Amino acid sequence: MKYNLSALFAGVLFGLGLLLSGMANPEKVLGFLDIAGAWDPSLALVMAGAIGVGVIAFALAGKQQRSALGAEMKLPRARHIDRRLVIGGLLFGAGWGIAGFCPGPALVALGAGEGKAFIFVAAMVAGMGLFEVIERSRQSAGGKA
Amino acid sequence: MITIDWAAFTPWSALAGGAVIGLAAAAFVLLNGRIAGISGILGGLLRPVSGDVGWRLAFLLGIIVTPLIWLAFTSLPSIEVNAGTPALVIAGLLVGIGTRYGSGCTSGHGVCGLSRFSPRSLVATLSFMTAGFVTVFVIRHLLAI
Repeated sequence: MKYNLSALFAGVLFGLGLLLSGMANPEKVLGFLDIAGAWDPSLALVMAGAIGVGVIAFALAGKQQRSALGAEMKLPRARHIDRRLVIGGLLFGAGWGIAGFCPGPALVALGAGEGKAFIFVAAMVAGMGLFEVIERSRQSAGGKA
Repeated sequence: MITIDWAAFTPWSALAGGAVIGLAAAAFVLLNGRIAGISGILGGLLRPVSGDVGWRLAFLLGIIVTPLIWLAFTSLPSIEVNAGTPALVIAGLLVGIGTRYGSGCTSGHGVCGLSRFSPRSLVATLSFMTAGFVTVFVIRHLLAI
């Protein structure tokens, strides 16, 4: 239960940050991605602000065996850079550039009652589902996981 | 030659919002011991593991209710979506598949991964940023949609 409450708290904080920063507005995101047009550099500062705080937090977290609530530290250990990582990033970036939504802001817009965010999130979950189906069929076919 | 849209540029709210996003990621790793990656948290629900569902739902619920909390104090910032339904569906599918294939999105790789100096996340972030810039260039300047 305590982990659910802390997750809820972190989620709310995350959403507030997205709203405050302007990331929740797809038109602003596209204004950042449009370097050949009238460029809005704001989102570079969103990343700078987030990473500035994040660097300190993850430096602290990296020294702990357990979290403040006693959870096991589950930091990713994967280090390999492969085709999946790059192709996945390219597909994601293309989708991001088409609508201006990435997953977090889409959920904020959904909560704001934006109908178009509902369509986007439904398609995004379908895409994630498709990924699961493809992965499972590959695994059951004995391919590389 | 880059032309900056000074009227759209919001440096202070971008930095402050980014810092709040960083604090959310900090709270999540220091309390729950996990990476605040929205696509991974959402995608994990499609492969449910007992005891691993509640915190995911709580975090996502936190993001979704944020606009309601915001509305209790002030009016919501504008959320402008210009993409039509077919574009939203294609974008959603690409974001869904791409983020799962590439193991993360703007939050997991962009904020948390770069804060941890992860080379893997740097490659992923460069991949989706590049694809985002190219996609917007093609749509707005080559196809002029």
